[in-house]
Amino acid sequence: MKILTTVKRVVDPDAKVRLNSDNSGLVTEGLEAKMNAFDQYGVEEAIKLKEAHGGEVIVVSIGDSAGTKEIRTALAMGGDRGVLVTADMSEIDPKGVADLLAAVIEREAPDIVLMGKLSVDSENNQVGQRVAAKLGWPQATFAFTCEVADGWATVGREVDGGTANVRVKLPAIVTADLRLNEPRYASLPGIMKAKRKPIEELTPDDLGVELEPQLIIQGYSLPPARAAGEIVDDVDSLIDRLQNTAKVL
Amino acid sequence: MARLADHFLSEEHLIFREQTRRFVQDKLAPHVDEWEEKKHFPGEVYQWLGDAGLLGVTAPEEMGGAGGDLFYAMIFAEEMCRSGSSGLAAGVGSLGISLPPLIHHGTPEQVDKFVRPVLAGKKVSALGVTEPGAGSDVASIRTRAVRDGDHYIVNGAKSFITSGTRADFITTVVRTGGEGFGGISLLVIESNRDGFSVARNMPKMGWHASDTAELAFDNVRVPVENLIGSENGGFYLLMENFASERLSLAFMAVEMAQLAFEESMKYVQDRRAFGKTLAGHQVTRHKLAEMVAGIDLCRTYNYALAARIIAGDNPMMEVAIAKNKSVDMASEVIDQAVQLHGGYGYMREFLVERLYRDIRLFPIGGGTREVMNEIISKMILPR
Repeated sequence: MKILTTVKRVVDPDAKVRLNSDNSGLVTEGLEAKMNAFDQYGVEEAIKLKEAHGGEVIVVSIGDSAGTKEIRTALAMGGDRGVLVTADMSEIDPKGVADLLAAVIEREAPDIVLMGKLSVDSENNQVGQRVAAKLGWPQATFAFTCEVADGWATVGREVDGGTANVRVKLPAIVTADLRLNEPRYASLPGIMKAKRKPIEELTPDDLGVELEPQLIIQGYSLPPARAAGEIVDDVDSLIDRLQNTAKVL
Repeated sequence: MARLADHFLSEEHLIFREQTRRFVQDKLAPHVDEWEEKKHFPGEVYQWLGDAGLLGVTAPEEMGGAGGDLFYAMIFAEEMCRSGSSGLAAGVGSLGISLPPLIHHGTPEQVDKFVRPVLAGKKVSALGVTEPGAGSDVASIRTRAVRDGDHYIVNGAKSFITSGTRADFITTVVRTGGEGFGGISLLVIESNRDGFSVARNMPKMGWHASDTAELAFDNVRVPVENLIGSENGGFYLLMENFASERLSLAFMAVEMAQLAFEESMKYVQDRRAFGKTLAGHQVTRHKLAEMVAGIDLCRTYNYALAARIIAGDNPMMEVAIAKNKSVDMASEVIDQAVQLHGGYGYMREFLVERLYRDIRLFPIGGGTREVMNEIISKMILPR
């Protein structure tokens, strides 16, 4: 079974980010980067599928050349080889990511693609869906269970108010939610072995993809600072404030 | 923050740090308060770490390790400290001081019997050097091993032995010859031998999650095949071992200072006094600046030193400098962190209180500050 999984290099979500001087972007220099949390679940599921069905796990990332670290992390967990499409992420929108990924998928022709449901930095939640649409493949998003048998994947999906079970015919796109599995820890021997696994570097030109952003971020702003709280004397004045000052009652 | 020290690391080191941090934060950190309070961590922890392959990161692959360089051991020590309990780091870390003589000088049989099960998390090992009457002055230890046919008969006592109450064996410094450093040997003594006993678990100021034993040897018969290296050749093995122990203490101290700094950063941006946050007062900001400066300098020195050791140097003086300066810096930073926390800094619920108790061991353990200064002064002054 040929399994393709994706990883995105994101700024450590626990790091404190600052806006640049004209509020057009974030200052990420010097901050630690790591694998998007949802991608860890996708990678783990890909490796579990390989362990159950045999075959190969291809790890794909799009971003700057430092992204080899996130690919190698997935290779250390058990992936077989990597593909890094180098692109400037500040000039690329979800459609661009989906176009590049679809081009890689067409080259590799996997049986299944496992992705994180969204990336924790930009939170667009578009790429899996766009890739499926572009390829004309079925999709099962927000997976919390995934079973593969006889050319079909049975996926439990987390939806509002409950769960939905769907079957999708392979090849298909499955996006992972955080209850899908418990991502393994890459061991040091795994990390050392990953050093010798191949990572192919491609450019958008190599893939014949022209990037024309259709979504342009206008600017960022920090949430407004919260005003200090106020102690009121009794319940009546509390109700009065809630009704007339905060206007929430 | 971008760290100058990280320029010494490869992509593999960085991945290892991420994975180790995730493991420690997921599996160990949530239990640390309980283990500190109970003054004990469960034996399964060794198994968890062994299964994750974290116990033998620098041991050779053919012994069941991962064959990594010194940075991997140091990163593991740092991340264990980031659990919030350097006592846990030290308890688990007793293998890091008791196995190296076996790894470097043990026979294949000793490796099979002692090294492999410890790296797999199935057995616990401890190092027995200090005695009630001799610590840093190693050359005057008195526990005696007298040859009797194909056995040694061991009599004496050891104290302050980290993990000694639960160790399956102790890498023990014994006197097999005459006075001074030329008469000592390293002998592996299993804790199930007749005449071996744990006299007591010594209550202590900090490092609460770890146990610290006083051990007694009363006519313990130990087979000669448990001798590591040559008879009366133990001092050199021990000196070699001290260098890596001191270096890890330096790395641990810096990470404890880093934790104290991170705790302070959170607190001062939240706590208000005189109409603004503590961070709004210049005196606080300057304290934080000095903390960062001290941490960064020491960390970078330690990383540079580790890189030299990996390259094959044996810089005794620099290891002593690293230990003293990192420990003094960390003691100062943690003291300031307690001060910034005010009354809360004195309370058990706050991490800085634990760090303050724990760091006090560092100018003592692994060779005192004064012994480090002796090493340095011998290197710089003509004899």
